[in-house]
Amino acid sequence: MIAAAQPITTPSVDLWAIAPIMALVGAGVGVVLLRALLRRHAAVTPICFGFSLLGLLVAGGLLFRQWNLVRDDGPITTLAGMVRVDPFAVFLGVVVVAATAMGLMLAVSYLNREGLESPEYFALILLSASGMLMMTTANDLIVVFVSLEVLSIPLYVLAAFDKRRLASQEAGLKYFVLGAFSSAIFLYGIALVYGGTGTTSLTGIASFLAKNTLFEQGTLLVGLGLLLVGLGFKIAAVPFHMWTPDVYQGAPTPVTAFMAAATKAAAFGAILRIVTVAFPQYQDDWRPIVFVLAALSMLVGAIAALAQNDIKRTLAYSSIAHAGYILMGVYAATSRGREAALFYLFVYAFMAIGAFAVVMIAAPRADDGKHSYDDYRGMALRRPVLGGLLIFFVLAQAGVPLTSGFVGKLEIFGSVAQAGETRDYVLLVIGVVSAVIAFAFYLRIAYTLVTEPDDETALAGAYAKPRGVDAWTGVVLFAAAALTLVVGLAPGTFIHFARDAVFF
Amino acid sequence: MSFPLLLAIVATPALGAVIVVCIPAHRPEVVKALGYAFTAATAGLCGYLLWNFQAGDAGFQFVYDKPWIPGLGVRFTLGVDGISLFMVVVTGLLFPLGLLASEKYIAHRVKAYVAWFLMLEMAIMGIFLTLDLIAFFVFWEFMLVPMYFLILGWGSERRKYAAMKFFIYTGLGSAFLLASTLVLGFLHQADTGVLTFDFRQLAAWNGLSGTAEVLLFIGFMAAFAIKAPLFPFHTWLPDVHTEAPTAGSVVLAGVIIKMGAYGFVRFSFELFPQATVDLAPILLVLAVIGILYGAIVATMQTDLKRVIAYSSVAHMGFVILGIFSLTVIGIDGAVFTMVSHPLTTGALFLLVGMIYERLHTREIGEMGGIWKPAPILTGLFVAAMFAGVGLPGFSGFIGEFLSLAGAFIYDRPFAIVATFGVIFAALYMLWSFQKAFTGRAKNAVAKMKDVDLREIAVVVPLIGLSLFLGIYPKPVLDRIEPAAERAVANFERKTDYRSPETSIHRRERLREVQREEAKEAEKAAEEAAREKKGEK
Repeated sequence: MIAAAQPITTPSVDLWAIAPIMALVGAGVGVVLLRALLRRHAAVTPICFGFSLLGLLVAGGLLFRQWNLVRDDGPITTLAGMVRVDPFAVFLGVVVVAATAMGLMLAVSYLNREGLESPEYFALILLSASGMLMMTTANDLIVVFVSLEVLSIPLYVLAAFDKRRLASQEAGLKYFVLGAFSSAIFLYGIALVYGGTGTTSLTGIASFLAKNTLFEQGTLLVGLGLLLVGLGFKIAAVPFHMWTPDVYQGAPTPVTAFMAAATKAAAFGAILRIVTVAFPQYQDDWRPIVFVLAALSMLVGAIAALAQNDIKRTLAYSSIAHAGYILMGVYAATSRGREAALFYLFVYAFMAIGAFAVVMIAAPRADDGKHSYDDYRGMALRRPVLGGLLIFFVLAQAGVPLTSGFVGKLEIFGSVAQAGETRDYVLLVIGVVSAVIAFAFYLRIAYTLVTEPDDETALAGAYAKPRGVDAWTGVVLFAAAALTLVVGLAPGTFIHFARDAVFF
Repeated sequence: MSFPLLLAIVATPALGAVIVVCIPAHRPEVVKALGYAFTAATAGLCGYLLWNFQAGDAGFQFVYDKPWIPGLGVRFTLGVDGISLFMVVVTGLLFPLGLLASEKYIAHRVKAYVAWFLMLEMAIMGIFLTLDLIAFFVFWEFMLVPMYFLILGWGSERRKYAAMKFFIYTGLGSAFLLASTLVLGFLHQADTGVLTFDFRQLAAWNGLSGTAEVLLFIGFMAAFAIKAPLFPFHTWLPDVHTEAPTAGSVVLAGVIIKMGAYGFVRFSFELFPQATVDLAPILLVLAVIGILYGAIVATMQTDLKRVIAYSSVAHMGFVILGIFSLTVIGIDGAVFTMVSHPLTTGALFLLVGMIYERLHTREIGEMGGIWKPAPILTGLFVAAMFAGVGLPGFSGFIGEFLSLAGAFIYDRPFAIVATFGVIFAALYMLWSFQKAFTGRAKNAVAKMKDVDLREIAVVVPLIGLSLFLGIYPKPVLDRIEPAAERAVANFERKTDYRSPETSIHRRERLREVQREEAKEAEKAAEEAAREKKGEK
């Protein structure tokens, strides 16, 4: 006899809480449908672009609403505690959506120029962004893993999107293999943590560890370590950075910009949430690991960048160094540290996208594989606005005062200085010294842009030839430059936002 | 005081730079006019500041205060006292002259040149006026950017090397400054609960442990000693001076290398009094070595610009000597040298720049006999040279004499050894003068044109001022002295250091300090007695 079917209790779902994610997924799927319906219609690209932008706008609006809601009424937990919408998540969500919007706008002229299929690109970037949004709200290791996959798989495709260029294919494959590898490591970490605590919920882990003392900590500690390794791949922290230069260099430039800004924000969101919410009792165990990751990332990133001859590759190494700075904020393990990390992620998104936008627009048709310093020689003299912007963005990344990069570094260094122990000061000194090393390669870019070739008869770099800049790229450049400058001059408001966003 | 004068001094060049950037590049004459207008306006504001400055007041005047980065307690605080006043005024004076001097060789890319030049002025004004340590660092670090691009864009052959060396070398120093500043601020917060980087509040706080104070002092020193440049951190200076464009050299020698000495007096003195007193002998030794080393190396140079660059190392040695004599008279002399050295060295660099424009060489060996085709130039050079070596009657003498007197009072051997530097100075300047200006004129030199009216107009104010201050230094010293006295009194209040100066003035002040201490001791005794009563 068959037993009476037990009713399955489903958890309550607060659709408003996950509405921004749904908006992006909806827009992504919608773009795919539109593409199928319109086929080779002449206006298929503008329609799909408009639709994607609309989706992002809706997501942005919903995030705005959530910001006010969660700041006033406290965080929303839904889906049986798997998703938690709090100021922290909303702040990073805004960074992700802004970066996605800019990645989308940059792509319009790029895809047209390179003769690539546009709507597919839009759909992939939206789906990847939806994974990132999910990651920022994930309150359960399983959700972190699912969102990790959702954000990564479209990125693998996007990295290889320029299928005729060998470097792009190589980038896609490399990113895929190493990404899959890191996902597996992350999954193994989840399994071990589950073995140690009996739960995958972050708050569940925290309350279990608060109530119980483990006799045998090995399993849990190895699990925690593997979680950090898995996410360390995504943020490109040394020693898990090997893929970064090749992928950043090979991927189409708008994808690189999107990856640098948005993926970092999402993955750092997961790291901060895991170590702060789930493992506050294990600070003494994970802080030394983060110390080493931060120190290595800053030093290796800055020193390796010195030896590069390709601007995209240099910027890739610089993004590794920036990951190191943000890890300093994680290391501080205080609310000031989280505030600094959030603020840095916010400002870095704009500095990085700005720099990559110039790099993208500078290259002539079908030459995205060539970004050697020689190609850029004299660019600021022939194209003063564009070259000046690139100089501005790299100086901001170097942390020159009166730009947002300086305020970000100040916040980060301040959070470590506040901790006040000897080893904190050691990390602080490593940080400031690596910033000086980094000056050298940022200045080399600036130098290349403002000098004529040594040989009078030689032509200036290929990229010094004036070419038009399309409106959407102009919007991105203007927004990134304006934000970088305004935050550098009057950072008050933005710091307040970051400060409100440190709460889980 | 409703008009934010100091803010205007910082903001005017910045505004000028923004406007210049917006002017189309094919209108160089408009750009130049704007450059003159804004540097002159800044100079005018500085003159107004000088006029309205209260000479007897030892505190900060014209204070302007606004929150800037709220999360970190960073404020945008500006203020001026006797030490910064003249640095600001000299900066205001040198910039229009520098622009006038660069008229000829900035024929290309005028717009970028003027924009960077104005930004440099903004940064330097900010450095001398700000009272918040983070804001100070902001200007300190930002200053590198316009200087880098000025050297890179308009320097001589090895400019790439020089620009990079300048940025990295001084950037390394400032990295430690930033770290130390942050640590100091957060130590203050841990102790008092208030997060601030206002240097007046941090100076009033007395909670640093001995080791921390010494380490932080060294962190600050890393930045100041490199910039000053104190031996053995001076190696960047000759390269950068030689490769920089003339106006860049003038500004470098005039104000940028003074920033290090200024940093010592303004920040290290007040924030780390005990460490300053303890480490002063070491710094004095380095200063004396710098004086002698700079002078000796200068005699061996074959490049006229390098001679003057090494002479700057020697002169800055005198400044450091005066500062770390920890006496009012020594600090007076140091600050006075900081005012007079820009005038004399500025004039010398300008004259060398004019020679270079004509002969396209700075090698002394390729000159010789300049006096014949260019008598006015030679006359100006002689005047500037004597002003530079500290001939009595010129301002250089007053500064060096007071610095040496301070060192003499502190500990005689320092002064005795350092005095040899004065003799060497005459040696290297006269040698290079003889080789370059006297003798038979070679072919290229014989055809050389003498200076025109514009060039005279650039140099004469500097030499004239130097002469004026050499004869009548009182107006400057009157304004420096209260601040110098405040600095020394600060040591006497916070440490067991007592200045060995024996002037009546000093004795009175010492008595005052003793009286205060007695009062405090009385108070403490009373309180202790009261507590005992309470216990009973």
